[in-house]
Amino acid sequence: MTDLILSGDRPRSRVLSAMLVLIFVALALAPFLFSGTRPLDVASRICVFVLLAASYDLLLGYTGIVSFAHTMFFGIGGYGVAIALSRLDAGWSAIALGTAAAIALSLALSFLIGLFSLRVKAIFFAMITLAVASFFAILASQLSSATGGEDGITFKVPEVLRPAFRLLDEPLLGAVVGGRLITYYLVFGVSLALFLALLRVVNSPFGRVLLAIRENDFRAEALGYRTVIYRTIANCLGALVATLAGALYALWLRYTGPNTTLDFSIMVDILLMVVIGGMGTMYGAVIGATIFVVAQNYLQEGMKALSEAVKGVPLLPDLFHPDRWLLWLGLLFVLSVYYFPFGIVGQLRARARK
Amino acid sequence: MTPRADWIPPALLLAIALAGLALIGNPSTWVTLTVAGLAMGLLIFTMSSGLTLVFGLMDVMNFAHGLFIAVGAYVAASVMKLFSAAAGSESFLANVGALAAAMLAAIVIAGLLGLFFERVIIKPVYGQHLKQILITTGGLIVAEQLIHVLWGPDLLPLPRPSTLRGSFLIGDMAIEKYRLVAVVLGLAIFGAMMVVLNRTRIGLLIRAGVENKEMVEAMGYRIRRLFVGVFVAGSALAGLGGALWGMYQESVTVAIGAQMMVLIFIVIIIGGLGSVGGCFVGALLVGLVANYVGYLSPKIALGSNILLMVLVLLWRPQGLYPMNRQ
Repeated sequence: MTDLILSGDRPRSRVLSAMLVLIFVALALAPFLFSGTRPLDVASRICVFVLLAASYDLLLGYTGIVSFAHTMFFGIGGYGVAIALSRLDAGWSAIALGTAAAIALSLALSFLIGLFSLRVKAIFFAMITLAVASFFAILASQLSSATGGEDGITFKVPEVLRPAFRLLDEPLLGAVVGGRLITYYLVFGVSLALFLALLRVVNSPFGRVLLAIRENDFRAEALGYRTVIYRTIANCLGALVATLAGALYALWLRYTGPNTTLDFSIMVDILLMVVIGGMGTMYGAVIGATIFVVAQNYLQEGMKALSEAVKGVPLLPDLFHPDRWLLWLGLLFVLSVYYFPFGIVGQLRARARK
Repeated sequence: MTPRADWIPPALLLAIALAGLALIGNPSTWVTLTVAGLAMGLLIFTMSSGLTLVFGLMDVMNFAHGLFIAVGAYVAASVMKLFSAAAGSESFLANVGALAAAMLAAIVIAGLLGLFFERVIIKPVYGQHLKQILITTGGLIVAEQLIHVLWGPDLLPLPRPSTLRGSFLIGDMAIEKYRLVAVVLGLAIFGAMMVVLNRTRIGLLIRAGVENKEMVEAMGYRIRRLFVGVFVAGSALAGLGGALWGMYQESVTVAIGAQMMVLIFIVIIIGGLGSVGGCFVGALLVGLVANYVGYLSPKIALGSNILLMVLVLLWRPQGLYPMNRQ
């Protein structure tokens, strides 16, 4: 049964299994375990970013290609839903239409980029995607009639998903069963399903070919696999899932703007999540995204305390300034690329094998 | 076999300049825009030439190249603040002195940083593309945060020296003085680089290394030592370009590096990875097209560079001057 759900790709480490179960339970019961809006907000961000990081891991960890355009697809999903819901009736059909249009655009773009630049070296692909993504971000902020420019779009969601909606009059186990809870479980359910689907993909024969390409593309080609086609399909799949993640995130925030979807700093965040968690492991995306989002929301408070503790010492208070949290995660990133190329998950698995 | 000079890309440059004249119609506006385009192009060339050579020599792609640009600009801003009396005086010589001090400081600090970066960050990942991209991106994140720590998160003013402000007026043509300075400096750098690459022994080794590094190694030269030198020189040039570009915009933010990186990638892809001549033509193309399109239809100006890249790649998929590599 477990093998069926996890596609035979078990965590292969007790500590890792425990962490995954803990994260799963915490996310599944988040509305009942924690009170207040902020923890639920953090939980839904974790769900979306686990999905986004996992889809990026398909490219980076499994296929060995570095794309800087992943946020572009994330943004397309967000804008698709936002534009459809703000123009049409705020109903499910608008969501479906917006998502479908976004998926079509993402697939077309990722196919074109892939076909155009995946023939050549990984570096070329990285540079092209960086250029295209920055162009798209500028485009989104310029076409203000369609995208709302820098301000983004705030939109209405279907009745059932609105915060004011109540399914039960009485709170259930201390949680208000209303629009927010339903939206959260929509985000959680779709993210979980798509994550398991990605796990299925990487453990299929197709996924094995991707691994072969990552290890030695020349040899994979010699064995008869058209590497360009496989890479392009992986690129399209990654873009597809990122688009859906963007749509989910937009539904949760009821807002889409350049800062929540297209910003280059989000691309950096995804890179950090995947690499710190562990490239090429899928579970690494879960661990990495959880650590990262929690750090993003709660590390700053710890650093504030630390910064005040070392007040008076030159330079140190600035280094521990709450806005400098990315400095420390960046250092962790660089160190993990050198010393733990398979990240936290790789380390845990290596320890379990001993 | 001596390769035949390929004159089509420079001719294309001329054709674009003429097409610009025809479309804009007004010659004095055209001159203003062309000088602005050349200044921008030459500054971009200064920043990107090192990156393309580094890639050509050792197959290393440094995504943190923008860091040197940002550091150069920040160092220049600090030096100009230090010499604000000289930079603000009406004496041309004092102005040039302050400018030279700022440029020199940017070159030295960016070069030293380049040496550190090459030895510590890039050396362990020679030959591993994926790790290079990841490591240099990580280095960029950390370095940007450190710039915040050292110089603060706010926008830093970087004023031009007082006699270099304003414009020359020739008839009804207005040419900004600073742009002219940028053009002269850019051409001087390009000239010096061409002399070093084509007329000196080191230049010969660098060109040979780009063509076939195994053969150069087999002849008994240490390509890695050469590579470190090129890396440091490229970083120093990026720092210089950053200082000049910051002054061009009269302010510095930490985003300057990342913003320029996109343009630089476009330029070196257009030029053909590893080719200095291609980088030169590509940078001028990008500079001119950006300024012409910015005047003719500001709406699509931001996409013009991408469009240019796509068109060039459709015509020559390996860039203007493809390097023959095994």
